[in-house]
Amino acid sequence: MKRLVLILMIAATPLLAVQPDEVLDDPVLEERARDLSTGLRCLVCRNESIDESNADLARDLRLLVRERLVAGDTDEEAIEFIVDRYGEYVLLKPTTSGSNLLLWLAGPIMLLIAAIVGWSFLRSRSAKQVSGNVDALSDDEKERLRQILED
Amino acid sequence: MITELGHFALILAFFVAIVQSAVPLIGAAKRWTGWMVFAEPAAISQFILTAFAFGALVWAFVTSDFSLRIVVENSHSAKPMLYKISGTWGNHEGSMLLWVLIVALFGAMAAIFGGGLPPTLKARVLSVQAAIGVAFFAFILFTSNPFDRLVVAPFDGRDLNPLLQDPGLAFHPPFLYLGYVGLSMAFSFAVAALIEGRIDAAWGRWVRPWTLAAWIFLTIGIALGSWWAYYELGWGGFWFWDPVENASFMPWLLAAALLHSAIVVEKREALKSWTILLAIIAFGFSLIGTFIVRSGLLTSVHAFANDPERGVFILFILVIFIGGALTLFAARAQAMEAKGVFGMVSRESALILNNILLAVSCFVVFVGTMWPMVAEMAFDRKLSVGAPFFNSAFTPFMIALGIALPIGAILPWKRGKLGRAAWSLRYAFILAVALALLVWVMQTGRSAMGPIGLFLGAWITFGAIVDLWSRTGRNGSFKRLLRLPGADWGKAVAHTGLGVTMFAIAGLTAWEVEDIRVVQPGQPFEVGQYTLTLQDVKRVQGPNYFSTMADIVAEKDGRPIATLHPEKRDYPVARMPTTEAAIDYRFLRDLYVVIGDQQADGGWVVRTYIKPLANWIWGGCILMALGGVLSLSDRRFRVAAGARKSTASGVPAE
Repeated sequence: MKRLVLILMIAATPLLAVQPDEVLDDPVLEERARDLSTGLRCLVCRNESIDESNADLARDLRLLVRERLVAGDTDEEAIEFIVDRYGEYVLLKPTTSGSNLLLWLAGPIMLLIAAIVGWSFLRSRSAKQVSGNVDALSDDEKERLRQILED
Repeated sequence: MITELGHFALILAFFVAIVQSAVPLIGAAKRWTGWMVFAEPAAISQFILTAFAFGALVWAFVTSDFSLRIVVENSHSAKPMLYKISGTWGNHEGSMLLWVLIVALFGAMAAIFGGGLPPTLKARVLSVQAAIGVAFFAFILFTSNPFDRLVVAPFDGRDLNPLLQDPGLAFHPPFLYLGYVGLSMAFSFAVAALIEGRIDAAWGRWVRPWTLAAWIFLTIGIALGSWWAYYELGWGGFWFWDPVENASFMPWLLAAALLHSAIVVEKREALKSWTILLAIIAFGFSLIGTFIVRSGLLTSVHAFANDPERGVFILFILVIFIGGALTLFAARAQAMEAKGVFGMVSRESALILNNILLAVSCFVVFVGTMWPMVAEMAFDRKLSVGAPFFNSAFTPFMIALGIALPIGAILPWKRGKLGRAAWSLRYAFILAVALALLVWVMQTGRSAMGPIGLFLGAWITFGAIVDLWSRTGRNGSFKRLLRLPGADWGKAVAHTGLGVTMFAIAGLTAWEVEDIRVVQPGQPFEVGQYTLTLQDVKRVQGPNYFSTMADIVAEKDGRPIATLHPEKRDYPVARMPTTEAAIDYRFLRDLYVVIGDQQADGGWVVRTYIKPLANWIWGGCILMALGGVLSLSDRRFRVAAGARKSTASGVPAE
């Protein structure tokens, strides 16, 4: 029984991410391959890049990337090759094309809006005269507020 | 029997919460004191009942009562006791019970310690809090009952996911929930103030400790989760921009913003409506977080219990509470006119910048998290948004925040001079630039991220020291430094923590060394300055797993510094293998070793990482949390202190 469990256990052992036999001899190419791998999604995993994933498919993709680089592809060509086959879904960093522009610009646009609103609020605050300030609190409330704030 | 009592207590708590969500609210509207004070005993008994129900569930897990469905699904009799207990919240039903327990806990705390609150405000806060409780009690009882019995009880359970059987993770969910749910208190205060139709400086002071507490818990919870990922997942990643991580990170960012804007409300009576809005949205993001985890809408490592029906229920809760609060906000926001007047350059304007950067960065994370879904539904594009996007879209906000922080923190209230603030920070700036340049020269040719991170970290840290010192007055002394209020120390420590974490993340990303190779036992190999030797690989049996354990000796300059035991484990019951990295923790770097498979030639795959500054990431988080605790200890926050006097004068019962 124990032996059976052991055999099962070895069979179920996961592969680690990048294996020594995958590593390219040329360190420059290998560096590029690693860079590209961190930007490609392991399609059967949950939000993992092929560089991190243990899945068989990730290993195939890692080998494919290296194959393309050894064949003389530039980084862009290698990525394009993979996107052509696996679709846009494989890219962890979405392109800036079409509707994705919205994704990339959402932050800057929001920052601009926030900056404009914040700026105009600040202007109105600093321009306001202190004199015309009506106090909405009654005297009792002011006294109590003072007590609380004093402590 | 205990299980049935627990179930019954939960139902009772549900009914108490229903009454508590209505009676005090009506009482406050009609000024009926009796109805208003009903909130206190109700909140306390609701907590006691829920605590009893939770205790009953823990008992079922501890005694391995396999007649309960969730015990069978998530436990095993051979599991260590710690994980039997933590298994209680390691599943959907149990974690929801913990969630609602914390809702009730915060309600009870507000009932006990809220003595200084005006009676109507207190009644309304407790009512709103109870209403949140009602929604989640209903959710538990109708869609995910933890007390479900099985007709035929099996002999043993199916074990908890082995990845979750870990001390770091045992306490990750409770802290995270304390944080998430802590924000419900800020929400309740915001809604109560909207119903009340008025907020003033005192409101800012009341809401701040709750937000601060929530933020501290979130900080600790996120840090624990990230630390766990670092040592457990086997390659030392600490943040993945996973939808569920984002779900906890967004409330953290907003809670941080809320903390700062509440200061403006308290000290200067400005930014009132924005602070209210922020309190509503911050809790909204907590609910969105729950929704993301439970609905299965976004797949992720964490997503347990993917059930559309539950997702719809939570979406419903989200829409009712946030929609309702926002409607109320739209109707009442005009009533809250700002009072304080301040210049373009002032502490107030700096805090507005802080809020803009935090809120917009949260928005970026939100858009990135939801974009795959939006793109699929609206544009028919199936795409991914992963870490590379967040790294490039989010990081600039943090860099801007880091640059602005020391100057903003030292500016005076009302009106300041930028030149003067900058001048007082000149030494901090020069020192930070010098350090960054030094490192940049030393590292030759590596990414600029490291020096930039060092500059930010040093700039924030030295800036915090200068700020603290300037508080002691013109001729400051150490004695005066120690007597500064807790809030001043809290500010300096928390800001330093942020700087440390920023530096650590940048340093780790820039200077990490990685080595992957096949190693023959007994043959030394070199990684960086270290020489490692794989001495032996053994098979070991643990309580509920089998392990392949390696002995690796690490040497530096010919002297052994550590023996590391990386493992591969297999949990036969859960049928899941895990890797257990061996880490030699040091102040400046971690040596991180993982064992892989045996090769045909008898060698083993060994991956070695040198991770500089890894501990500093969590060290910074600890500092941030500590800063929060110091601020919380400031006696000015103790609402009860203000209460003693006010009860003497008494509030007339109308």
